[in-house]
Amino acid sequence: MLKIENIDAYYGFIHALKDFSINIEEGKIVTLLGANGAGKTSTLKVISGLLNPVKGSVTFNGENLLIYPPEKIVSMGIIQSPEGRQIFPQFTVEENLKAGAYTRKDKENIAKTLDKVYDYFPRLKERKKQYAGTLSGGEQQMLAIGRALMAKPKLLLLDEPSLGLAPLIVRDIFRIIEEINKEGTTILLVEQNAYQALSIADYGYILETGKVVSEGSAKELLGNSDIKKAYLGGN
Amino acid sequence: MAIFFQNIMAGLETGSLYALAALGLVLIFRTSDVINFAQGEMAMFSTFVAFTLFDGLGLSYPLAVIGALIFALLFGFIVERIFIRPASDASLVSKMIITLGLIMIIGGLASAIFGIDSYYFRQAISADSIDAAGVVVQPNALFIIAITLVIMAGLFYMINKTKVGIAIRATAQNEKTARLMGIPVFKVYSMSWIIATILGAIAGILMAPTTNVSTTMMAEVHLKSFIAAVLGGFGSFHGPVIGGLIIGILDNLVGMYISLTWKTVIVYGLLIVTLIVKPTGIFGKTHRKKV
Repeated sequence: MLKIENIDAYYGFIHALKDFSINIEEGKIVTLLGANGAGKTSTLKVISGLLNPVKGSVTFNGENLLIYPPEKIVSMGIIQSPEGRQIFPQFTVEENLKAGAYTRKDKENIAKTLDKVYDYFPRLKERKKQYAGTLSGGEQQMLAIGRALMAKPKLLLLDEPSLGLAPLIVRDIFRIIEEINKEGTTILLVEQNAYQALSIADYGYILETGKVVSEGSAKELLGNSDIKKAYLGGN
Repeated sequence: MAIFFQNIMAGLETGSLYALAALGLVLIFRTSDVINFAQGEMAMFSTFVAFTLFDGLGLSYPLAVIGALIFALLFGFIVERIFIRPASDASLVSKMIITLGLIMIIGGLASAIFGIDSYYFRQAISADSIDAAGVVVQPNALFIIAITLVIMAGLFYMINKTKVGIAIRATAQNEKTARLMGIPVFKVYSMSWIIATILGAIAGILMAPTTNVSTTMMAEVHLKSFIAAVLGGFGSFHGPVIGGLIIGILDNLVGMYISLTWKTVIVYGLLIVTLIVKPTGIFGKTHRKKV
């Protein structure tokens, strides 16, 4: 579905991605793991069109993505829920969700998607008139994911959905991510919480300083002793 | 009492124009973080266009105004495209210096094209004044207040209720995330410049009968629109409007009841006190935009 091949990308003078390639198959959950600065967020920026690589290719169902601005990429069905949630604090919960549906032309179906999002996250429905800035961290994360779902993504990019959240809430959110995937949305999940991510993913890539250093099915990665030591904390 | 209301009326009239100009400033600031120091010069230029269409080409007043508003639309679009957008990666300070430079460019162009003389430009409505219980009301003043109200109502409806409004407010809060939601933020910038330039042109054209049309005609309106925006709070859209009206009314009341010579000092003294008490402006919340 999405193929990144041999890209090099820079942030100013920082070489963020080096000869970098990944492949995301339709219907799967693929995860990118690694420490801060490994290139996870840069990869998402490249896919969303916020960062242009100097070489290499990015294709979505065979179509070259690099020539498009972010808004066009969104309307093609690739939606990102960014790191740190980045909800619109002065919008109500419902306004945030409606902003997520900005590119959609099928007005009559937006209400259906809204109901669907409220099904996933009943908490958001309870708080729909509340300003998003007043939500708790976990609720803001739900809102960020819900907002991305409002665009009806074919490919959903999730940047660190567990960041700063209590373990119980993380478990909740990962369960919902799995559910979203089961209902047909392909997911690229960027995480520092490697164990959680691998427990729901089909395939994983391990990144270090802008390069893929290891990849494999989630099972293989979970069983690999080097990876266990470095990323899963323990034996 | 009649004198009091007379002054309130005059205050609302000029205050409306400050409010229009202030709203333009805030619209650009909220969406793109740029303070357009050249707003006054741009308004002056558009007013000259209206005057030239009317006086030079002999168009009727409404046609001349419509022509000038179409000019303002293009003017705002072009300024954003040519001067602001290429600098989209530059620091905010650089962008503000660009708009300072625009003052020179537009001011220079205006004196080269239109000359440095000042011209009388008619009022929008030149009917005789009405005496309402001792208060002399000029139909033109009523017209200015009414048109400002209509424009504000339209703009607030757009900002709060429409999809375009969602795009504007989302961009104002978090530009990067707005892009991730598929909001074309560059179109939003472009549109806010266009709307602001049109608002400025309207303020200029309605101000012209008082100040005459000249290259320096907008100096005071521009300065006061700034103060209105700061007083009301740059963080909201309605604050600057109310700020503009307050300044218009205070100016007149202090001039009437306290001292004409000290009015500027007293009014701005009050403003400074207000800002010391509430630094974000009367209606302002802390405005911090994530970048």
